[in-house]
Amino acid sequence: MASTIKLSELAVGASGVVCGLPATGSTFLRLREMGVLTGTTVKLVRAAPMGDPLEIKVRGYHLTVRKSEAEHILLEPLKD
Amino acid sequence: MALPSHLQTGTPNPPAAERRTPVYALVGNPNCGKSTLFNALTGLKQKVGNYPGVTVEKKTGTAWSQHGQPLTVIDLPGTYSLAARSPDEAVTRDVLLGRRADTAQPDRILCIVDATNLERNLYLVHQVLDLGRPVIVVLNMMDLAVAAGLRIRAARMEQTLGVPVIPCEAVNGKGLIELTLAMSRPDLPLSRHAWDVPAAIAPAVAELQASLHENDRRAPLIARAEALLLLTDQDSVRVAGSTPLSARTTEILQSWRDRWTATNTDWAGTLVNSRYEAITRLCAGLVEDDGTAVGPSVSDRIDAVVTHRRWGWLVLVVVMAALFLSIFTLAQYPMDWIAAGTDALANGVKHHMAEGDLRNLITDGAIAGVGSVVTFLPQILILFFFIGLLENTGYMARAAFIMDRLMSRVGLNGKSFIPLLSSHACAIPGIMATRTIEDPKDRLVTILVAPFMSCSARLPVYLLMIAALVPNGAVPLATKVGLMLLMYSLGAGGAFFFAWLFKRTLLKGEPPMMIMELPPYRLPGLKDVALHMVQRAGIFLKRAGTVILGISIVLWFLTAYPKGPAGATPAQQIAQSYAGMAGHALEPVIRPLGFDWQIGIGLISSFAAREVFVSSMGVVFNAQTSDEDTTPLRDALRQARWPDGRALFTPLVCLTLMIFYVFALQCMSTIAVVRRETNSWRWPLFQLIYQTGTAWGVCFVVYQTGRALGF
Repeated sequence: MASTIKLSELAVGASGVVCGLPATGSTFLRLREMGVLTGTTVKLVRAAPMGDPLEIKVRGYHLTVRKSEAEHILLEPLKD
Repeated sequence: MALPSHLQTGTPNPPAAERRTPVYALVGNPNCGKSTLFNALTGLKQKVGNYPGVTVEKKTGTAWSQHGQPLTVIDLPGTYSLAARSPDEAVTRDVLLGRRADTAQPDRILCIVDATNLERNLYLVHQVLDLGRPVIVVLNMMDLAVAAGLRIRAARMEQTLGVPVIPCEAVNGKGLIELTLAMSRPDLPLSRHAWDVPAAIAPAVAELQASLHENDRRAPLIARAEALLLLTDQDSVRVAGSTPLSARTTEILQSWRDRWTATNTDWAGTLVNSRYEAITRLCAGLVEDDGTAVGPSVSDRIDAVVTHRRWGWLVLVVVMAALFLSIFTLAQYPMDWIAAGTDALANGVKHHMAEGDLRNLITDGAIAGVGSVVTFLPQILILFFFIGLLENTGYMARAAFIMDRLMSRVGLNGKSFIPLLSSHACAIPGIMATRTIEDPKDRLVTILVAPFMSCSARLPVYLLMIAALVPNGAVPLATKVGLMLLMYSLGAGGAFFFAWLFKRTLLKGEPPMMIMELPPYRLPGLKDVALHMVQRAGIFLKRAGTVILGISIVLWFLTAYPKGPAGATPAQQIAQSYAGMAGHALEPVIRPLGFDWQIGIGLISSFAAREVFVSSMGVVFNAQTSDEDTTPLRDALRQARWPDGRALFTPLVCLTLMIFYVFALQCMSTIAVVRRETNSWRWPLFQLIYQTGTAWGVCFVVYQTGRALGF
């Protein structure tokens, strides 16, 4: 099995498939409702000029997440 | 399965006796073009207000059916889900569920969908379909979807969902006729779309549904939808005006939650997953990517610059500088016209009315007082226009993205940036722009600190004090610029300090989340922006108008009574008036700051608008002033003495006075707007006290330290 990394550790421009999301917390529920689910492909587009928050692309649209939130999202990195 | 008779059709042709205007609700994700569609459907026939008890905007309008019948349309706040996370979203949920006594449950629902982003938008549609109400799905932005290489089979979507699906381009009016036709249909089918509630939570849904039907008197289908919602609505946001659930239903809900927590069942996640699975299956046959759009989109290319590590800052500075430059230059002309207009009006009244108290009340109290606030209207309008423009183009979200890190240091998020920055021109649009901040505590903190930002009404005060500060001759430019910068940074520093303090003490909350969509850049609909601007300004005038008129009259009364002896000069009159007495009464309090009772009069009169300080100093010190030339006043201030012969306006006092104006809340319009935006007198009064207290404290330290150092 491929090793998993945190969304916050993903390189800019790289993608991964979500394989772990915390079950509790309204932040993560909202993320799920916006389509970030186990099995969803997420691409890290860029970090804000000061390094935080992050801009990700998911289901064809762009979303921001703070690093402190991204740390709890686990991914299986995708090779392009 | 046969539906209960009252659900068989959505709005069956009502018998003539009980014919009432059918109510349509507009729902959709943020940035899906919902407001544009609402404007296109209702034109200028709109009513904007608040839902009673909450500061959530209620927009209703009238559209016309194909046969010329009026249709009521409610524009509900945009949301990604019916599981509410903010007061705005809670209102959308409550109206759709019929939980609000002040708003009729909509007969039909128009679900606006951004066609370029079908999957995520369909999540809300999916929840709405569950409500068992007639739904019309509007596929908006079809042109952009085509440009992005997406082919959407609307007809097949209509077949699968069983409800009308209308492709549309709200911006240029395409599809509106078809939409009106669909809205005019006397019968609308209910959705055929069925999806399986995950087995793990099905028993809970059934039990909650039964209880909602029995104990909360919900129709069966709505009960099912609400049961499903209650399971994802973990930390449900409750707002005033929403009918609470029955005890029995709450009990059942809690017992299931306890059971699942004990067995580690991720019920909310399961539900969201199964909805998205159903949506993915649905989309598979509906959307085809023809692969023509390869490489980065236009938005991606713009963002590569606009949110770039270095260029991003440059763009931000340029945009904001352009904003302020245009506010100050463009607004100048209409401001002059308004000032001239109020003068002419006052003179006209003077000409036609006999000399007397009533005439003075009208000219010096009402017209002058209201005029001094209305003079700021052009600035306020331009600021509203720019804020609307930034929102509509999508740049607002980028500014929040860039500034989030900085704002998070004081516990706020990036969305507080634009309101705070706008407050440098005028706190009123800034405070009204805080509605984009979802978290109520963050919003309140932003409102509480926004008036610290040095607004344009303080400029005349700063300039007069700087002029008076340097003895004999012109003020060196470097001193001028340095002092101005100092005042602006003191204000901003104060705002950030108190934001930090409030977030740690009074309004402690979770660190705000920053899950925010960065919508694609779009050309702004100028009509929408202009309408938004006019509505905002209308709200300000309507809400603040009475307060402003009232306080203006009170302030006039304070300076005009009791009457001095015949032949008294204006300076003598004001000295022995109630304002003069108030100034004297205030003197012991402000003396430690180096201010005497005459300055006290200025401080009190500043409540009309801070710049009024200049004209009231003119009256108090008997100096002829005009807007362009304050030299006589400056000289008069330099002549001013304490009774014991010491100079009143020493450089230290001038500096202290400027600092007082940075921190003190001396603006009745701000107080009136904060009253409206927080829905209580508590917060504006708190703000008045803590800001003015801070002003006193800081000035005390500055003045006493200065004195001790020998200035």
